[in-house]
Amino acid sequence: MHDMKAPGTAIAELNGNASTGTRARFPVDFLFRKLTGAVALLVALTLLAIMFALVDEGSHALHVFGWHFLVTTTWNPVTGQFGALVFIVGTLISSAIAMLIAIPVSFGIALFISELAPRWLRGPVSTAIELLAAVPSIIYGMWGLLVFAPWFGNIEPWINDHIGAIPGIGLLFQGPPMGIGMLTAGIVLAIMVIPFIASIMRDVFMITPAPLKESAYALGATTWEVARHVILPYTRTAVTGGIFLGLGRALGETMAVTFIIGNANNLSASLLMPGSSIASVIANEFTEATTHLYKSSLLALGLILFLITFVVLVFAKLLLLRLERDAGGKA
Amino acid sequence: MISLRTRRRAINTFNLTMAVLMTVFGVFWLVWILWTTLRYGIGAIHLSLFTQDTPPPGSSGGGLRNAFVGSLILLGLAVVIGTPIGVLAGTWLAEFAARRKLGALVRFLNDILLSAPSIVIGLFAYSIVVDPSGHFSAFSGGVALALILIPVVVRTTDEMLRLVPGALREAAIALGTPYWKLVMRITWKAAASGILTGVLLGIARISGETAPLLFTALNNQFWSTDLSHPIANLPVVIFQFAMSPYRNWQQMAWAGAFVAIVFILLLSVVSRFILRRAKS
Amino acid sequence: MTPNTSPQHIWKPTPPAGDNEAFTAPHTSATVAPPVKISVRNLNFHYGRFHALKDISIDIPEKRVTAFIGPSGCGKSTLLRTFNRMFEIYPEQRADGQILVDGANILDSREDIARIRARIGMVFQKPTPFPMSIYENIAFGIRLYERLQKSEMDARVEQCLARAALWDEVKDKLHQSGTSLSGGQQQRLCIARAVAIKPEVILLDEPCSALDPISTARVEELLKELVREYTVVIVTHNMQQAARASDFTAFMYLGELVEFGNTPTIFTRPSRQQTEDYITGRFG
Repeated sequence: MHDMKAPGTAIAELNGNASTGTRARFPVDFLFRKLTGAVALLVALTLLAIMFALVDEGSHALHVFGWHFLVTTTWNPVTGQFGALVFIVGTLISSAIAMLIAIPVSFGIALFISELAPRWLRGPVSTAIELLAAVPSIIYGMWGLLVFAPWFGNIEPWINDHIGAIPGIGLLFQGPPMGIGMLTAGIVLAIMVIPFIASIMRDVFMITPAPLKESAYALGATTWEVARHVILPYTRTAVTGGIFLGLGRALGETMAVTFIIGNANNLSASLLMPGSSIASVIANEFTEATTHLYKSSLLALGLILFLITFVVLVFAKLLLLRLERDAGGKA
Repeated sequence: MISLRTRRRAINTFNLTMAVLMTVFGVFWLVWILWTTLRYGIGAIHLSLFTQDTPPPGSSGGGLRNAFVGSLILLGLAVVIGTPIGVLAGTWLAEFAARRKLGALVRFLNDILLSAPSIVIGLFAYSIVVDPSGHFSAFSGGVALALILIPVVVRTTDEMLRLVPGALREAAIALGTPYWKLVMRITWKAAASGILTGVLLGIARISGETAPLLFTALNNQFWSTDLSHPIANLPVVIFQFAMSPYRNWQQMAWAGAFVAIVFILLLSVVSRFILRRAKS
Repeated sequence: MTPNTSPQHIWKPTPPAGDNEAFTAPHTSATVAPPVKISVRNLNFHYGRFHALKDISIDIPEKRVTAFIGPSGCGKSTLLRTFNRMFEIYPEQRADGQILVDGANILDSREDIARIRARIGMVFQKPTPFPMSIYENIAFGIRLYERLQKSEMDARVEQCLARAALWDEVKDKLHQSGTSLSGGQQQRLCIARAVAIKPEVILLDEPCSALDPISTARVEELLKELVREYTVVIVTHNMQQAARASDFTAFMYLGELVEFGNTPTIFTRPSRQQTEDYITGRFG
């Protein structure tokens, strides 16, 4: 958590703002300040540079296909026809599945750690969840492909028979039981983002003031009612921020998805069928892209991914900042 | 009609049970993933893993020596490029811009960069290093990893420096110490273990990164330490070997994954330990 | 010094003296001791290894204001929080002994904790409006126990807010957030919320320490209204407040109950040296 009023900053400001006097007395101070400032600005400008670079590299494809690039499903390197729709949809659907699973699970974990677990269990469970966040995505992907998918492939016939038979949503669950595909990718993505969302939820649940919770308990509310009607509304903005942070992660995740999404460059209604996401197609095809247009199309895909995640992340950070500011104001 | 009290208690019991089950569910995956990596990984660990280079398709034997060394080179490059930049930028945020609007903006953008998809960072490194130079290189991979490391270091440096008590700064200024000296000799020193933790956490984060290396450092089947050529590295080797149909390659991928996970978990544990000691 | 465990040494409120009008609260004019509502017997309380309450025995009279005073850390809030078993949400806290409410021990009771808490309401040091509208703040508690029609609920909410002397101030903004009110209004909202579930006892844990003098005066007036129907127990660090607003006062020190009696007596003729030292400001 940021502490906006760190001690000593006032002096730093004082020293920093008295720049003319400082320059005369300590020229090195002036240089030091400028040097660190320049480096900081460089870091901040990286985002802008990323966007410029991607626009520049992707401009050829965007020029050739125009806005059709966004709404075309054809992706054919042989004929030189490139459209991003399959991958955009694949990215959104796999992330949506992930969030559908990850949000309730994360809420349950955060609730368990902050309200239910005996003190001795809190630390170990928190640590386990944080370690899950430290496991690199390549290992999730590999485990997904070599362990989870074969196992899940055994379950899919059951899904076919039971959920696939339901009219309407059944359409989403039909197809050959291959183990890999959109649903598998969504599940593995969910496992990856759970630790991120859960730790943010846990942190904000923990800072809900004890008297507020006690007031609800004092009315005879159950633990669930306190969580649902007091803790959750109180932490709403930050919880939403945490969810969007997790979403940003799911949207851009590459390796876990590339292993198990199936890498099919077409759309299908069933979630059991293979698909592709923006990140997976870039990872798979970039080094094979021989023509300028092919490469440029992949970079344009990268630009789209960057813009989508940028918007999601900005939204998430703004919500999280709001909580920090509120908490600062109350303290 | 069920009484309100019974209903409320039933809902409470059900939902709390669900919360416990969700936690079990979450921890279950961790255990499953670690268990498989351990099981397949340990079985595949041989001395030759560290003494031989990656085998060509279809042949038996071989090891991951070139990938381990390549990864260490890439990590070293990233740390050498990323740490000074990250520490300087973090220092500016904490010491000179703590309450300025520009500081808040830089901090905000840095946080976005921290969460930006690593594959996009890889594309960026491709377009600023690989594309102009015309070839894939270890150097471009180092740049890509440094770009991921920097925001982690910026953030921890900023946070750790702001934890340094103001009285320490006041005491130094009262002696007439120039500010740069104060920062370099006193506040950096006071926050050193915190900043070190930031770097360690950053290394843990980048040592498993694969996507940004796919089109920068690429891969190299042979031993190479040349920074201007493609270089073998553990994550990309794991990726290629795990996706391959060859059984011995898959086993080697598990062995590599095991080594990577042990390295990363050790780093996380060590950095937590340092951080806890620094804070107490 | 430690109050004995034998029943003869249970602190009973001494009958009011009735001769010092300046300190006499409205309801202490009767010369018979009021019936007992909460009866504490040999209560010990631990925070982990820390022994916070040492063998407390006390009888809290019904429909009177009883104040707990003492220096910070003396255990007065801890004692209050045993009456609705609030400590139970923290695993490392435990209480041994008996707390009899209307003769039934709530500490080893198999009765639903929610029922106990519904009978014994609580108001906290800082106002704690829930993150919802003023209306919902009141309705939340009611819904835990009763299913009401919209019109009935409206009437109940109005009645509770009126009882907390808040209705006139908030009737036009019932659907605004509870946090938009001033501190004093928030605290009265919390009192209204406690009253809404028709408790028998209301516990107040330093309810005015975050309020300005005018809001404090309004809350104290409110207490005088409430005590007609409810048993009120208030923890305060403000001795003037105890003297003004309570009928009986208990002085606690280092986890022990030093003295308990009717308020005028405690403040004019304390029988213990420690009590006298504290109320005359010589320590604490």
